[in-house]
Amino acid sequence: MPVDRTTVATLAAVLGGTALIAVLNLALPAAGALHVSDFVVSLVGKYLCYAILALAVDLVWGYVGILTLGHAAFFALGGYAMGMYLMREIGARGVYANPILPDFMVFIGWKQLPWYWYGFDHFWFALAMVVAVPGLLAAVFGWFAFRSRVSGVYLSIITQALTYALMLAFFRNEMGFGGNNGMTDFKDILGFPLNREATSVGLMLVSAGALSAAFLLARAMTRSRFGKVLVAVRDSEPRTRFLGYRPETYKLTAWVVSAVIAAIGGALYVPQVGIINPSEFSPANSIEAVIWVAVGGRGTLSGAILGAVLVNLGKTWLTSALPEIWLFAIGALFIFVTLFMPRGIIGLFAGHRVATATAEAGGPAAEPGAAAAAESAAREAAG
Amino acid sequence: MNDDTLLCLDGVTVAFNGFKALNQLSLVIEPGEMRAVIGPNGAGKTTMMDVITGKTRPDSGRVVFGADTDLTRLDEPAIARLGIGRKFQRPTVFESLSVRENLLLALAGDRSPRFALWARETASERDRVEAILTTIRLGYERNRLAGELSHGQKQWLEIGMLLAQEPQLLLVDEPVAGMTDAETAQTAELLRAINRTRTVVVVEHDMAFVRALGVKVTVLHEGRVLSEGSIDHVSTDPRVIEVYLGR
Repeated sequence: MPVDRTTVATLAAVLGGTALIAVLNLALPAAGALHVSDFVVSLVGKYLCYAILALAVDLVWGYVGILTLGHAAFFALGGYAMGMYLMREIGARGVYANPILPDFMVFIGWKQLPWYWYGFDHFWFALAMVVAVPGLLAAVFGWFAFRSRVSGVYLSIITQALTYALMLAFFRNEMGFGGNNGMTDFKDILGFPLNREATSVGLMLVSAGALSAAFLLARAMTRSRFGKVLVAVRDSEPRTRFLGYRPETYKLTAWVVSAVIAAIGGALYVPQVGIINPSEFSPANSIEAVIWVAVGGRGTLSGAILGAVLVNLGKTWLTSALPEIWLFAIGALFIFVTLFMPRGIIGLFAGHRVATATAEAGGPAAEPGAAAAAESAAREAAG
Repeated sequence: MNDDTLLCLDGVTVAFNGFKALNQLSLVIEPGEMRAVIGPNGAGKTTMMDVITGKTRPDSGRVVFGADTDLTRLDEPAIARLGIGRKFQRPTVFESLSVRENLLLALAGDRSPRFALWARETASERDRVEAILTTIRLGYERNRLAGELSHGQKQWLEIGMLLAQEPQLLLVDEPVAGMTDAETAQTAELLRAINRTRTVVVVEHDMAFVRALGVKVTVLHEGRVLSEGSIDHVSTDPRVIEVYLGR
């Protein structure tokens, strides 16, 4: 597989950037000018998890054309699976000091641990559930949706309905996931105290590793012949069918992989923010993830990561400086990007020539020289 | 069915909300034949293509391919894999992929996601793509995005993709619509070349083009066969004249 500059730059930024932050946080004295605060470490860790979610959205939206408005559902489910482990890990250190039952269950008067909480005292089991539960949900949902050829805006609407339904379900105390308070007060992960800075740095580095791995996986998938078929399905699904492909199997594969990537992002997110509650299922979260991808550049993978980090930097700054305008700002940003930057920030880097060449592409009389130049520019941008 | 039949439509009826798009249509295509199907708008030409390729299920009647395969029980990918290729009226190619990639995806072979994930382009695939590029005269455009091609070039690319499928039967819907005269002549030549090894059914409006092809013509009207024979035969058939000019 040829290695290109965008890939190298992306990996260098993710791995090198976090490694630098780790050193500046751990090795330098807290009073020093170059010291990076624990706050920044936890913030970067959070952004990396959002970037994993953005990558998952880009895989299905950018390459297969499925505009998902419910991907936060998979992110949140992964987060809940991790949260359940972290709750069991608290053990007798909770407020009610019950060695088995989490505090919220004692509070609502439960005497026994529900069966679906069994096994979550083991980290490996929780990890397996992080992958299995969202993966299975995505498989069932996708199987029905893609087989019955639901697509376009209708598919977007049912993805939105999916996450909304889950949010309402998780709000209920009787579900046994902590109701609207969710799960919090986590103490440690695999024995490492969550309030220690070395643990935060470790989680940030693991997130960077997971993001890089997901990026390389998505990149390998989209560059393979499988990825070409995905793009073919996006361009003309009927054509793929009359060529003998079954687009639903391709969509389903990409959809499930994407859901699992999102879930891993959610699982890493929860120990770093210290809480998981039903608001993570909120439709607005899924829509925000789509905006990150649009801002960075849809169908580029690197752009998804860039967009997630930049938009969340802006969100962190704006929600502390001018909290009341954040929703207007992100709405305006989405409109601006859709109208004026359809290829996102990555598209700007790819150069002006591609944009003009694409605009002229409809005409049959494009001159060969210009076309060749545009072609090589497009290759460069894509490669 | 005898050996002289590649495709047989037998009493096929398709109704949309009571309107019979196909009305007891019966049609036999022989192996190696090139057939032109003409007819006024709404005669059922596209519905006929939809029925053969599995997009539309007939309300009654049989569609038999080869010896005894009933196409009405199969869906589009299954029928495509049997060896029936379809060219749409509007050129339909994968615009964000290069010309080569379009052909590569169309090449006959394993269509499963599992295969596609690990597939590496083989030398034989490369040769087959190059051969088709030569046939459809797009060799010098091989690395261009399909979306950048001219209308006529897209039509050829789509025909090339059909060839790459290695079908026994090609269904071609209005291949010269929107083409220049030169492109039309080249397309007729291309279809004749394809017909040397494959059976072709061409649906067309353009009578001059059908005449240039010089093949047996079936005239559809109101979902059934109105007349069949050489172009001279059908164009002097009073029923055909009535349908085309009488109203």
